[in-house]
Amino acid sequence: MKLTEREQAILDGKEGETMAKVMKTLVMYGDAFGAERLVPVTSEYNHLVTSFGLKLIGPVYELMNKLIEAGALSTQKFSVDPRPVDPKVPANFLQKLIFNKFMYTKQDFYEGQLTTLGLKDKDAFTCACYLNEVGNTPKRGDILSWAESSAVVYANSVLGARCNRNSGIIDIMGSVAGVVPEFGLLTDEGRRASFVIEIKTEKKPEAQLLGSAIGMKVMEAVPYIKGLDKWLGTELDEATCTYLKDFGAATASNGAVGLYHIENLTPEAKDLGDSLILDGAEVYVIDDAELERVKASYPVIWKKPDARPKLCFMGCPHMTLEQLKSWTEKLEAALAESGNAKVTIPTVFTSAPAVLRAFEETEYAKRLEKIGVITSYICPLMYMNNPLCAKMPVITSSNKLRTYTTAKYMTDDEILKTITTK
Amino acid sequence: MKQFKGRPIAPGKACAEAVVTHGGFNTLASLQKALQFGDKKATCGDQSNPDLYGKELCGKALCLPQTIGSTTGGMVLYCACSMGRQPACMLFSKPIDSLAAAGAILADVWLDGVSMPVVDSLGDEFLEYIKDGMKISVEADGTVTVED
Repeated sequence: MKLTEREQAILDGKEGETMAKVMKTLVMYGDAFGAERLVPVTSEYNHLVTSFGLKLIGPVYELMNKLIEAGALSTQKFSVDPRPVDPKVPANFLQKLIFNKFMYTKQDFYEGQLTTLGLKDKDAFTCACYLNEVGNTPKRGDILSWAESSAVVYANSVLGARCNRNSGIIDIMGSVAGVVPEFGLLTDEGRRASFVIEIKTEKKPEAQLLGSAIGMKVMEAVPYIKGLDKWLGTELDEATCTYLKDFGAATASNGAVGLYHIENLTPEAKDLGDSLILDGAEVYVIDDAELERVKASYPVIWKKPDARPKLCFMGCPHMTLEQLKSWTEKLEAALAESGNAKVTIPTVFTSAPAVLRAFEETEYAKRLEKIGVITSYICPLMYMNNPLCAKMPVITSSNKLRTYTTAKYMTDDEILKTITTK
Repeated sequence: MKQFKGRPIAPGKACAEAVVTHGGFNTLASLQKALQFGDKKATCGDQSNPDLYGKELCGKALCLPQTIGSTTGGMVLYCACSMGRQPACMLFSKPIDSLAAAGAILADVWLDGVSMPVVDSLGDEFLEYIKDGMKISVEADGTVTVED
């Protein structure tokens, strides 16, 4: 890799041992992928994936301490993934004990480290940092050093920014050095598609199910999706962006997709069309039967597969303001039909602190509270990651949450019916 | 005995028994429970991976196409290395992905005395040939020898 004079000086230790290690990390990272140079990070803000003060990831805190002690701080302010606990979310005595006394005992300490390193503000905890209310929305062409698979795939695909699927810790290294290696999704060639997905469904595909099917098929390849504009239209309006948020998160967690193109809809597909498709690209046809096949393939890992759910999580990734409003309306209508006053299963909607604040200012907030839904800023994944919660029959419409936990996936319609009937 | 030649990402020597996944290795889903709850054998907790679920990963030669899933993957691998619960080596049939590369590189640069050789680009034939329990030795130049 060809380095600038400044980069070489840092690598040689002119700015201290810690900065030399930061640069060495980035150079080795780039070398592994044939990068020829480092390029400046150009986004206003960074986004980090590691948000949780989990006692047992001590090695991460030790590394962060090394950065802080050496003054190797982030050159950008950053947002970070959601906090892991919230007293508003139902938990029994034992669960609370495990959360507060065993698992997340380093939360305050770690948030202190993040503040020193460059945390944007005390509420900058969300996986959906690109939402307008949060304010970390990169521009088209911006070079990012982000991690968080759902945010990276959204930034690349919907916003047209350029970011590799960086790991936690690598994310802050790029922000400390102000440069990232140029490879993969940072290059024009790396953004071309080696899969063509043909959507031939008779109805609008469920975002999280379609994303799962594509992710499991293409793994880390870039898919070019045809036929979805029939259902989503050709404009990136609020409802479409919400769909793409959930769709992308499923492609990234059920596979390893960092970028997708949708014909006539996403920015690069609109500009470049079929020229984005590589010669010899594989074709994957998705119809309603294929989506059913994929859904049926998910293992149900509850002790009693037909158990009555004890909790419902919606909002992985965090819900948009539009989702909070539309779900309020859908739930009210379904409850009126079933004759119940409140949701029949404890239900938690998770969203960004800034989105929840905006929601509280609308008339919908009281309506949602009245029908018994709890809103929270937490990461459902972090909530579920312990043996007690893992034994609970939890349902979700998030294919990401299903992938990483024992939660059972249901479509939006199935969730609606389940939580409004007895 | 059969030899394969790959590209060393984190060079080093190792000798261990193979555990094999033909699907992507989801690092977070596989290792999170083991790291959180002190499982020194690093038993795979990814219920979506029938090849590896319930098998011990610590000290094994993990043979895989690539890693998938959450971008905490590299950080999780780094923590596993720091706690001494990492595989003896990671052997990729395909070119390495960005998350696995990050984990291997972070361990190599930031941890003293930790060895987890990583070799990629061993080819599809490697993953077709290798079976659980086969003895594997890895050389620093990326040569992988499999004993039947």
